[in-house]
Amino acid sequence: MSTLLRAIGSEFLKLLTTRMWWVLALVMTGYVAIAAGGLGAAFGYLSEHPDAARSNGPGAGGGVPTGSGLEVLIYGFATTVGYVFPVLLGALAATGEFRHATLTPTFLATPRRGLVLLAKVKVLVVFGAVFGVIAWAATIAAGAATLGAAGLPTGLDSSDTWALAGRGILAMALWASIGVGLGTLVTSQVATIVIVLAFTQFVEPLLRLAAGFIPATADIARFLPGAASDALVGASFFTINGSTQADALDWWAGGLVLLGYAVVLTVLGYLVSWRRDVS
Amino acid sequence: MPTGLPIEFSAVSKTFGPVTAVDDLSFSVEPGRVTGFLGPNGAGKTTSLRILLGLVTASSGTATIGGTPYHRLPSPLTTVGAALEAASFHPGRTARNHLRVYATAAGIDIARVGVVLDRVGLSEYAGRRVGGFSLGMRQRLGLAYTLLGDPGVLVLDEPINGLDPEGIKWIRGFLRELAGEGRTVLVSSHLLSEVQQSVDEVVIIAKGRLVHRGDLSTLDTDVAPRVVVDSPDRARLADALRAEGLEFSDGRTGLLVSSPDPARIGHIAFMNSLELSALFRQRAGLEESFLTLVGGGELADHDEHPAAPDHAEIPEPTLDAGRTGAAEPAPDPDPAPDPATAPDAEGDDR
Repeated sequence: MSTLLRAIGSEFLKLLTTRMWWVLALVMTGYVAIAAGGLGAAFGYLSEHPDAARSNGPGAGGGVPTGSGLEVLIYGFATTVGYVFPVLLGALAATGEFRHATLTPTFLATPRRGLVLLAKVKVLVVFGAVFGVIAWAATIAAGAATLGAAGLPTGLDSSDTWALAGRGILAMALWASIGVGLGTLVTSQVATIVIVLAFTQFVEPLLRLAAGFIPATADIARFLPGAASDALVGASFFTINGSTQADALDWWAGGLVLLGYAVVLTVLGYLVSWRRDVS
Repeated sequence: MPTGLPIEFSAVSKTFGPVTAVDDLSFSVEPGRVTGFLGPNGAGKTTSLRILLGLVTASSGTATIGGTPYHRLPSPLTTVGAALEAASFHPGRTARNHLRVYATAAGIDIARVGVVLDRVGLSEYAGRRVGGFSLGMRQRLGLAYTLLGDPGVLVLDEPINGLDPEGIKWIRGFLRELAGEGRTVLVSSHLLSEVQQSVDEVVIIAKGRLVHRGDLSTLDTDVAPRVVVDSPDRARLADALRAEGLEFSDGRTGLLVSSPDPARIGHIAFMNSLELSALFRQRAGLEESFLTLVGGGELADHDEHPAAPDHAEIPEPTLDAGRTGAAEPAPDPDPAPDPATAPDAEGDDR
C-alpha cells in the first residue's frame, strides 16, 4: 500500500475516532432541517391564508412567491445555511493537530509532510460531501414534508432538484477543504473558529448586502466565497431580496472560485506553518 | 529481532533568531547500550532530538540514523521509535485508537497495538480516552507508540518524568531489556540520578554544546579531579604546595588540592622531606561532576562532607524546580533522609 493511501487511512481514523464529526453533523442536521421545515411551513401557511400575507407583510407585497424557486430556496438551505459546518470540521481537524501537538507523532509516522496535508484534504473533502448528503437529505425531507402538506409543489419529481442537490454536495465538499486550508494557515483553534463564524455569519453577508446596491462592487462581491458557493449551487439566501442573483457567476465558475479559495489557503498554510519546525 | 543502528550527530547547530539552541554538536550513539543524553532544561536536548527526527530543521550539520536522515528512512516507525513529550495526544481519543491512527499511517499490523499496550501495562485502559490519563499513563502510552514498529532504535525524551516510583523501577528494567536485545537506546533527562542506574554511557550538553561524552563510570574521575593529601605537619605541607603554585583548600581529612595527579603531590612531599598520612585521588560523586560540567554546581563547598564516596546517597539536586511544580513532581527514587524532618532524628537532642 502506498504511503499516500496509508496516510489517507490514518486521517480517516483520526476523524472517526473522536466525537467531533458526529456532533457537528448532528447540530448541522437540526439547524438546516428546522430552517427548511420552518420556511416550508411558513410558506404553506401563507399560501393557505393569502389574506394574512397581505395584511401583515408590507414587504411581501404581492403575496407568496409560489412555484419554481421556492423549493430551490428551501432545499438550498442545506448548503447556503449549513456550509459553515464542513468549514468548521475542516478547520478543527487541521488546528487540532497543532493544538494537541499531534503533528509530532503524525510526522514521525509519515515524514513527508506535503503528503500528509494532501491526505487530510482528501479525507475532509469526502467528509464534506458526506455532510452535504446529510444536510440535503435533512432539508429535502423537512422541506418536502411541509410544502407537500400545504399542497405546494415539492419539485421532487424534477431532475433539476437532484442536480441542485448534487451541486450543493460538491460545494459542501469544497467548503471542508477550505476549512483545512484556513486551519493550516491560522493554526490557532480559537482564532480559526472566530474567523470562520465572524466571516461566514456576519462579515460576508453584510458585504454582499452592501455591495448589492452598487453595480461596480457587485461585480467584486460575486467572487466572495459565499457568493461563489451560492452560484455553484444555484440557490441563495439572497434571492429573497432579489438584489444580487442577476450578477451571480455561472455555476461552474462559482465552483472554480471556491476551489481556488481552497487551493490558495492550503498552499499558503503549507508554506507558512505546515512545513515549519515542530516543537 | 530488530537490528540496532548507530545514531550520528555531526556538527549540528540550530539557531532561533539570535539564540543558539544547539551549537556544533557532534556525537554518536551505539547499539546495544543505553545512552543517557543529559543536560539542564534549556540545554538543547529536545531541540537536538527533534533535529534527529526531522521535526526541526538544523541550521547546519546533519543528524542520521544508520547513516540516513530520518525523513529519508524507507520505513521510519519500524526503524526508529520516538517519544518526545507526554502530551502529544488528542484527549478525546482512546489509547487504542491513538495507536491505531499511527499504525495505519506507518502500515503496521493493527495487531501490534494490543501487543505494545500489553508490554507497557496499559491493556486495561486501552478503551479509555487519553484525556483522563495521568502523566505516568501518558508516558507509558508514549512508550507504546515507540514500540509499535518494533524498531531497532529508541529515542526517548524525558521518559521518566512523571512516573511514580514503581513506574521508574519498571522503566529502568525496560530500558536495560531493550538495549539487551541489541537496540540503540537514547534517553534524555535533566537529572543524572534519574537515569544513572540504567545508562551505560552519557552524553552531556550544556547551553547547546557537548561538554562530556563517555562511560558513566568515568564521569566522576574525569571531571574536576582533586587530590586529598595530609601530613602530621599540615602547615609545612601547605607551604610546600603554595611554593609549587598549587591551589588547595582545607578539608577535614586533609588538604584538597586542585590537581589531577597524586604522583606530583607525592613528589613535592618527598622533595620537602614531609611525612604523609594520606594521599589519594578524590571522586567527586556523579551528580556533583554532572553539575560541575553543566555549570550549575560548585565543588568548593565540598569541605563539609569530603568523604562522600557513595554518590547514590547524595540528595538529588533538581536543576529546574519550577518545572516539576507544573506537572506531577518526579518522585525521588532513593530519598535521602532529611535530618530536619525525619522523626528518628529527634532522639539526638534528648
